[in-house]
Amino acid sequence: MKNPLSKKIVQVKPSGIRKYFDLASEMEDVISLGVGEPDFDTPWRIREEGIFSLERGRTFYTSNAGLLELRQEICNYLHRKIGVEYDPVKETMVTVGGSEAIDVALRCMLDPGDEVLIPQPSYVSYLPCTVMADGEPVIVELKNENEFKLTVADLERHISERTKILIMPFPNNPTGAIMTREDLEPIARFVLEHDLYVLSDEIYSELSYKGEHVSIAGFPGMRERTIVINGFSKGFAMTGWRLGYCCGPENIMKQMIKLHQFAIMCAPTNSQYAAIEGLRHCEDEVEEMRKAYDQRRRFLMHEFKRMGLECFEPFGAFYVFPDIRKFGMTSDEFASRLLYEEKIAVVPGTAFGECGEGFLRISYAYSLEDLKVALARLEKFIDKLQYEKGMK
Amino acid sequence: MKEKEKMRNEILHSLEKNSRIDLGELAVLLGLDEAEVANEVAEMEKENIICGYHTMIDWDKTGVETVTALIEVRVTPQRNQGFDRIAERIYNYPEVNSVYLISGGYDLLVTLEGKTLKEVSRFVSEKLSTSESVISTATHFILKKYKDHGTIMAKKPGSERMLVTP
Repeated sequence: MKNPLSKKIVQVKPSGIRKYFDLASEMEDVISLGVGEPDFDTPWRIREEGIFSLERGRTFYTSNAGLLELRQEICNYLHRKIGVEYDPVKETMVTVGGSEAIDVALRCMLDPGDEVLIPQPSYVSYLPCTVMADGEPVIVELKNENEFKLTVADLERHISERTKILIMPFPNNPTGAIMTREDLEPIARFVLEHDLYVLSDEIYSELSYKGEHVSIAGFPGMRERTIVINGFSKGFAMTGWRLGYCCGPENIMKQMIKLHQFAIMCAPTNSQYAAIEGLRHCEDEVEEMRKAYDQRRRFLMHEFKRMGLECFEPFGAFYVFPDIRKFGMTSDEFASRLLYEEKIAVVPGTAFGECGEGFLRISYAYSLEDLKVALARLEKFIDKLQYEKGMK
Repeated sequence: MKEKEKMRNEILHSLEKNSRIDLGELAVLLGLDEAEVANEVAEMEKENIICGYHTMIDWDKTGVETVTALIEVRVTPQRNQGFDRIAERIYNYPEVNSVYLISGGYDLLVTLEGKTLKEVSRFVSEKLSTSESVISTATHFILKKYKDHGTIMAKKPGSERMLVTP
């Protein structure tokens, strides 16, 4: 029998998160701090609109790029939020989550041998999607001392003649790092100087806690070379609806819509109708959720400090990324012991790239009550470690 | 002044949801200083912006057999005193829970909580209807409370989120 599998897919490593999912699922009374999705239900207004669309019998395909009405709202929203104007007809596509947009963009933009700069720690799919698109992933290691921001110095170490795309994963999963206007300016200059394209994954844009989110697409000369990826999963608490979108220059979007048409057809119709309501009328609900995350973020930072867990203060997404190097264990050892001994599930930083070694991703997409219970167990564990290591 | 107002609003919104919150914790959540928060709360208590701290109770679950009544009252306003005088005469009864002046088809909405059917009917027939300014009353009884003070009474089903996701 012939080998049924491609060499490409076989060489792609499975996600490091899987192991913790399997372990945690088998144990009882586990408190998880390991999720990457909001704890809030989708705002009722949006759910109700989704139900209504089903009642109305809106159960057919939409146009490939998505309902024009939704694309129009997306463009209005982006103009409002990041100050960049896109044409809803030629430059906007509704996708099955932001993750589809990542995949489709890479497949439409890469030729074999083209290099993609992937800052890590970051979301798990950039690297496998690059590999499957025949690109060469080039890892750019972000550093704790820079609060996991991307700097030009980082890029200079990895740029080559063959570099084509820079991925910008901010606000960042798993570190919670954001890039301010001042941070982005030199990056934009670097991109222009080296004639690169940017995939800006802004799925956590609504969850910024220090001023408004800034997109690299808004800098002079960047709109033509940036694909902005966003969606409804995080800010609107709509993960299960599988709805994202991307905007970019017409020549790229045209090809992306073509591939999307063959691979996906269109994003779920009732999710699209529901999302229109979200963009039109849910600003208050989104802001309420953002405020709740911000409070939990402050609470975690305060508690970490009290219990002697080092962590830079992150201002985005719903993750904190504490530094556990002083305990002399790998992230994997720490996370495994924490799970077995205190039944707390977290994700080791290494699940998001090797340079996540020495760190943990802790999610605060949990109610304050849940966080308090979990932190009490975490503190017990840290006390035990400090005692073991003679630190206390 | 703007900053102070913003801070006060944030404190009030938090206390409205959870009046038992520890002020030190509240300060952490809002990114403020504990003394500052305690100070503001004390000031707002003095200014009667914070008028009291109550507990939400679902009496239906306790076995206490009481009813809640909403009474629409139409009254004749009095010269110089409008509705205030008659409202005062009603709200001074301890069994009255709230009194609102309402626009539309009637004038005052009076609620009585935690009373028996008999107590409510006695209050309406003996106290309310007999008052000379009162033209008419219509009493409604609450059959089931679904949501009160922004809180849904039914217990939320457990989360179906997976334990670990990217």
